[in-house]
Amino acid sequence: MSVHHHERPSLLSKEIVLPALRQSLAKLHPRHVAGNPVMFVVEVGSLLTTIWCLRDAFVPAAERSAPLWFSVNVTAWLWFTVLFANFAEAMAEGRGKAQAEALRRTRRDTTARRLADGREEEVPSSSLQKGDLVVVTAGMLIPGDGDVVEGIASVDESAITGESAPVIRESGGDRSAVTGGTKVLSDRIVVRITADPGRSFLDRMIALVEGAERQKTPNEIALHILLVGLTIVFLLVCVTLVPFALYSGVALSTTAIVALLVCLIPTTIGGLLSAIGIAGMDRLLAKNVIAVSGRAVEAAGDVDTLLLDKTGTITLGNRMAVDLVPAPGVDVRRLAEVAAAASAADETPEGRSIVELVRTKHGQALPVKLDRAKPVAFTAQTRMSGVDLDGRVLRKGAVDAVRDHVAAAGGAMSREIVEAADRIGDQGGTPLAVAEGNRVLGLVHLKDVVKMGIQERFARLRAMGIRTVMVTGDNRRTAASIAREAGVDDFLAEATPERKLALIKEEQGKGKLIAMTGDGTNDAPALAQADVGVAMNTGTQAAKEAGNMVDLDSDPTKLLEVVEVGKQLLMTRGCLTTFSIANDVAKYFAILPAMFMAVFPEIAPLNVMGLASPYSAVLSAVAFNALIIVLLIPLALRGVKYRPLGAAALFRRSMLVYGLGGVVAPFVGIKLIDLGLVALGLV
Amino acid sequence: MTAAGWLQIAVYVVALAALTKPLGAYMYRAFETDARPWPSVLGRLENLCLRLCGPRAAEEQTWTGYLGSLMAFSVVGIVVTFALQMLQGALPLNPQGLPAPSWHLALNTAVSFTTNTNWQSYGGETTMSYLTQMAGLAWQNFVSAAAGIGVALALARGLTRTPGPSGSKTLGSFWADLVRSTVYVLLPLSLVWAVALVACGVVQNFSAYVEVTTVEGAKQTLAMGPAASQVAIKQLGTNGGGFFNVNSAHPFENPGAISNFLQCLAILLIPAALTHTYGKMARDTRQGWAIFTAMAALFLAGLTACYLAESQPNAAIAGLGVDQAAGNLEGKEVRFGVANSALWATATTAASNGSVNSMHDSYTPLGGLVPLLNIQLGEVVFGGVGAGLYGMLVFVLLSVFIAGLMVGRTPEYLGKKVEAHEMKVVTVYVLVFALFVLVPAAWASVAPGGLSSLANRGPHGLSEILYACSSAAGNNGSAFAGLNANTPFWNCLLAVCMFFGRFAMIAPCLAIAGSMVGKKTSTPGLGTFPTHGGLFATLLVGVIVIVGALTFLPALSLGPIVEHFLAAAGRTY
Repeated sequence: MSVHHHERPSLLSKEIVLPALRQSLAKLHPRHVAGNPVMFVVEVGSLLTTIWCLRDAFVPAAERSAPLWFSVNVTAWLWFTVLFANFAEAMAEGRGKAQAEALRRTRRDTTARRLADGREEEVPSSSLQKGDLVVVTAGMLIPGDGDVVEGIASVDESAITGESAPVIRESGGDRSAVTGGTKVLSDRIVVRITADPGRSFLDRMIALVEGAERQKTPNEIALHILLVGLTIVFLLVCVTLVPFALYSGVALSTTAIVALLVCLIPTTIGGLLSAIGIAGMDRLLAKNVIAVSGRAVEAAGDVDTLLLDKTGTITLGNRMAVDLVPAPGVDVRRLAEVAAAASAADETPEGRSIVELVRTKHGQALPVKLDRAKPVAFTAQTRMSGVDLDGRVLRKGAVDAVRDHVAAAGGAMSREIVEAADRIGDQGGTPLAVAEGNRVLGLVHLKDVVKMGIQERFARLRAMGIRTVMVTGDNRRTAASIAREAGVDDFLAEATPERKLALIKEEQGKGKLIAMTGDGTNDAPALAQADVGVAMNTGTQAAKEAGNMVDLDSDPTKLLEVVEVGKQLLMTRGCLTTFSIANDVAKYFAILPAMFMAVFPEIAPLNVMGLASPYSAVLSAVAFNALIIVLLIPLALRGVKYRPLGAAALFRRSMLVYGLGGVVAPFVGIKLIDLGLVALGLV
Repeated sequence: MTAAGWLQIAVYVVALAALTKPLGAYMYRAFETDARPWPSVLGRLENLCLRLCGPRAAEEQTWTGYLGSLMAFSVVGIVVTFALQMLQGALPLNPQGLPAPSWHLALNTAVSFTTNTNWQSYGGETTMSYLTQMAGLAWQNFVSAAAGIGVALALARGLTRTPGPSGSKTLGSFWADLVRSTVYVLLPLSLVWAVALVACGVVQNFSAYVEVTTVEGAKQTLAMGPAASQVAIKQLGTNGGGFFNVNSAHPFENPGAISNFLQCLAILLIPAALTHTYGKMARDTRQGWAIFTAMAALFLAGLTACYLAESQPNAAIAGLGVDQAAGNLEGKEVRFGVANSALWATATTAASNGSVNSMHDSYTPLGGLVPLLNIQLGEVVFGGVGAGLYGMLVFVLLSVFIAGLMVGRTPEYLGKKVEAHEMKVVTVYVLVFALFVLVPAAWASVAPGGLSSLANRGPHGLSEILYACSSAAGNNGSAFAGLNANTPFWNCLLAVCMFFGRFAMIAPCLAIAGSMVGKKTSTPGLGTFPTHGGLFATLLVGVIVIVGALTFLPALSLGPIVEHFLAAAGRTY
């Protein structure tokens, strides 16, 4: 996980809570509330009871439908219900807003040096169009998103990524993308602008963290429909209760009916739904991943298959020497000495790993006479490297290259060595042959080293029901061996961009959702095809455009966390919905006996909570209903805890906590409020 | 409660469970394979009927086509049944010379039998001619049940079919389903049951009514008629419309213990077996058993509550010197006793059957609450033939949705995603039922036309109103009695409830089938919530109870619940 996040204001800081309080009042506007039918019903109900209160205030006590203190209190709590829901939403938006403000400060309008017909001209950065070429030199801000087409420079991207160490950007290859608003620290580059004004990465990022472009996700819409349906059912229930009561000789006050309605409709989840969605995006942002849409975050939770690049994700980038295999009749110490000497001048990680292996495993330091050695560098033609030392020709290299090398000097490679080389290949390793003069001394076993702890991560994914597929350019044999060691479920060997794309389409054809990471331009089609495509921030513009998330840390293993955030988002909604509906049981037991007790005193046993009086019962239920929203704001923003368990186990656990808990909690809560009201002498 | 009572209940449950698999597999063979049983007889009959339905009758239909055919067939059915009644005075097979009933009664009856409700605002033996009973009502007993099976099959196909390469979105043919349900399932079973019932002593003749002099010297008219054939299909098709007014409490309709057992078994037989048919269609019979388990759990819970409540003495006749050691026998036939009455009452309301062998009106408040609640759960505790399964599948989708969210995955059922469109339709389904129970009942509880029919006031009267509207909208058809429903107000109101309670709920089911059938199927993984085990059955039960309870508890609290507490305190109505 990234350790260099943006400064994130804490949830209870002044700059979040105070504006949120103001916002919750502003959000009372019917135009805003109408977007949330559940809360809209509460607001209309609050208005109704307010009017009733006002009427009651001006009529003699005998004509009132209920005591004034009761009506006023219930009305106040009804308004609080709406306010608390607004507050939850404002809190969730708050952190994003604060962050957007910080980003906006970096989006200063600067002067760009545009190249036109070979001459440089100074233009405001806001006038740059797609395709313009600009020159950026040390100390300048890059005026817009683009690709480096000429030169190499170190760039400070901390404004976007929060990472203070500069990164290298150079023309060509997969490190060419630069972002507007970042600063060139050294050298000079020419950048081709790839975004029109107002559509830059920074602009989109600001819009995203602010939630301006937030659209409801498919699951959110489905849940929303269910909540609206439930609200209508309860509206029917409460409205028809009036004639039923009339039949029974019970006169129900408007206040009581509205109180019952508001308690029954799913206000808890209705009030927190949009906060949960915003918070989900925000949590992703906290992990330094920017999602283009909430839909992408949600899709992440649904992913069935992860395509993971071998290099950098599953294995450390480089192969390491892990073993020495001497030829028959050769002392392993001699092999070690020659292998180390031949690698002494080799500064590649492979070469260094050989020296390291010899030092740690065979207890030999480098020969001291190396200063007289003449290094022979690796070339694509010889495919060998080594040193010439006092007339000794020490070489290491690909097995067939060394075979030709010794054959040319009159030697031969023994059958045992060839077989040993094959065995190493079978195990997923790469054999390097070591030779002195015309004699092959043995082999160095080079191996891809699987990252620490990656097996556990894959096991966790498997428990979540997610299949992992390793993608590598290696041949089948090598790929199979690494796949086995890393514990992935499947692998794609000898992968090309086309085969990768075909694999994604094939899996999608089976109804699977695919996630992958990528950075190169040739990854772009696959990133676009995948349901969740996470582009590395270090990657090319094409890759960043094609994916629906950008990882600012460029850490391919981040995909796993993205999946967890997605799942958490859905689970938080599901759990709070269950909790909200389960709460209704207790509210029935609080309010229904209270409503009918006056006419049918015999139903007193139904008042299982032993609430002090009918008025106290209704008031306690309404207050609980409002307060629970506030109490659940932290949970909604943080998300329920995700555990990598199978679906059935996860469900049992969630049901126990939020289903059973949802039934029990309000019994306790309402009783406590009732006791409080009695203690305060209010009832 | 007695050991003998429980033993009889146990025998019943075991028999039902044992018959589910063979009959379910038989129906799968008849509906979903080409190797249909007994081609030389039933196959010929099927082909003949299909030819009568038109040249393209066996062609596959989309959901709108299926719904269109069903609606056309049902509306014509209502019109014909209405006309038959209005003209019965001039038609043959009317030895008693019964005249046409009132227009509103005829309308109510026509809608009632076409919607598989079989609410009866009339007494059969004093109102309907043999022709009306057989050509109108018995015909509808078959075809309305067959139509219900058809809708269940269509929904099951929508959920279980994988879209072919052609992207076909068809759900089967309404006409083929109608004919096959009748020919392969309802007719053979009815034949077996009718013969068995005749053997038990149920009457089956075309005689005029018989005048007898009782041992006390009083004159009594004994109604006659082709009862056994009617009774067989009334139970098997979860119709419930009695041949005689008092339904299966009548000694000629249900003479004794064995006929009672057979009839009670017939009530739940097909609805239970359809769960297995469904499991076979889903290529995973555990899916069917999970649904069966949920249904059985709800059934046993209701039965236990009802039996328990009815084993208590009736407060209304306490102190009259009646020995109530056996429980509340008021309104029950002594030849059946408490256990078999409670069993019947639970089964008949669980299954939208509606036939009775005792008067639910005379049950203790909580005993009467069970049948009422059974209906209000949406007629999915086994439910009507077909109707129970398709209603249950709607609740399955709702459960799957909630479970999916709770485990952090877009909900899917049998590998198909459950999305916003399905949730919209599921919501409509739940809403329609609440709407057509609560609103008419609320209206009737304050309208003079509704109140004037009540035999009892107070909470018991409200129970009667709630029961009537729930029974109509739930297409159950049983009555709490005590409510004179044969008035223009009630006949029309209940006809509306029955019509929309049937078709406004079938339409969403077919719409779901239509949207699900085209969806890609993915193989379930570890992250998918399994829908075949006890965990899912438990969730399903929970969702059904919560939805039913939340919707109807306030109204019920003013009816049977208040009544229970009042009765306990000595106030009766």
